[in-house]
Amino acid sequence: MKNLRLPSAGVTRIALVAVVLVIWQIAAPYGNPLFICPPSSAIIAIGHILSNPAVRGALFTLAWELGTAFVLSIVLGLGIGLLLGLSKIAREALMPIVLLLYATPQITILPVLILIVGIGPLSKVVFGVTHGFFPVVVTAAASVQGVRPLLMTSARSMGANPWQRFRYVLLPHMLPSFFTGMRLCLTAVLLGVLLAELFSSTNGIGQFTTTFTQTFDAPDLFALIALIAGGAVVCNEALRVLERRASRWKGTS
Amino acid sequence: MSVARSATRLAILGFLIVLILAWQVAATSGHVSGIILPPPLSVAAEMLQLVRTGAVLAPFRITVFEVAIAYLIATSCGLLVGYAISRAPYSVRVFEPLLSTLFAIPAILLYPLYTLFFGIGSGSKIALGATISFFPIVLSTITGFRSIEPVHATAARAMGARGWQLFSRVLLPAAFPTVFAGLRVGLTLCFLSVLGGETIASFGGLGHEIANAAADMDPSTMYAYIVIVIALAAALNIALSRGAAIGARE
Repeated sequence: MKNLRLPSAGVTRIALVAVVLVIWQIAAPYGNPLFICPPSSAIIAIGHILSNPAVRGALFTLAWELGTAFVLSIVLGLGIGLLLGLSKIAREALMPIVLLLYATPQITILPVLILIVGIGPLSKVVFGVTHGFFPVVVTAAASVQGVRPLLMTSARSMGANPWQRFRYVLLPHMLPSFFTGMRLCLTAVLLGVLLAELFSSTNGIGQFTTTFTQTFDAPDLFALIALIAGGAVVCNEALRVLERRASRWKGTS
Repeated sequence: MSVARSATRLAILGFLIVLILAWQVAATSGHVSGIILPPPLSVAAEMLQLVRTGAVLAPFRITVFEVAIAYLIATSCGLLVGYAISRAPYSVRVFEPLLSTLFAIPAILLYPLYTLFFGIGSGSKIALGATISFFPIVLSTITGFRSIEPVHATAARAMGARGWQLFSRVLLPAAFPTVFAGLRVGLTLCFLSVLGGETIASFGGLGHEIANAAADMDPSTMYAYIVIVIALAAALNIALSRGAAIGARE
């Protein structure tokens, strides 16, 4: 039995996904067509919803809401995270507060947020940032704390100025875990923006998920979900590739 | 350690006091509308009212019930599936990338679908919470059981440990810290997603009450429920930290 040759893991994985899709395809017609549709009609519906300019507009809005919230979370989180990582006083005073806020369910303030900034894209961006900000702060702070003091001291004794110390010692050291933080941030921002979209939306994605749900338009709903899910997977994989590249200097495969 | 601990408590306490003072000043300054920010005292009075009349009990029960069932489903499925996958290196190579890719998909997207499948009552929240919290649990279970030093298992086997004994005395304690980290993330996510589901569309629960009070322009009630939910989340978090500390000591 030990000599049994298995196909490579990747091949098995793809075969597995294919089997699930085939079963779904075969079983779907037995379900209620209002609620479920075979994958083939969902794929056809992707073309159908993309030909609708309103859906294209909503996807575009979603993309820039996500992009803005992501960039803002990274910039703000990196700033605060570096401060907390490098200054012991700041860390001891502020880290408990950061962790306290990180652990509170932000969804509770969504209605308040909408009362303050309105129902438009701004509320989605802000809500996305409230989700994406904290993982960046925590990972950035942890990553600079992990730098061995010896490295910083020797860089300083060899005459490195603060910028050089940041560029050649801190940055390479924090990059791998920073990319991990970026992936956590992406997941969190997606959650925040989509929660806000689903809660209330005038012409965003949430509007269409509600419409498709209320009109029992299963293929269009599946297609929309598949499109956004696909986008999320692509972004996540891209960050993972960058993460691997950034940790190459460590010499581990 | 205790000095750091009391410094932490002091920082949090100071933050809360400043927050409430700033809230009081902002609410009474007249620059902020009372609909957006009612004064803390009226929120406290409303909270007292909610607790005394027992009005908070019904939504509280619904939310706790949904979180408990969802978490029970996610934990039992996640632990079983994760352990089964971790048994063979080949199945880890097949399933782990698949599961972590699926984890990257925002499962909240499925919520509209779940309201179609399971209705707008508790069913859709339980399904959402279970789906979202399944992934961190299954992934950390795989990692936990994969990262056991083979020497330990071999040594235990050589000394005659078999089956349940091997599992409960060697494998489980070695995997526990990692698995527990996943269980913890899972519970937080479960609570979040149930609340999110309730806020978006529901018949009851704490999230429902917040969204409802916001729609009714009843800020005192809304803030009262927000404070209740945050307190519940904090209690959950403290309980989890205690659990982790106890687990680490053993």
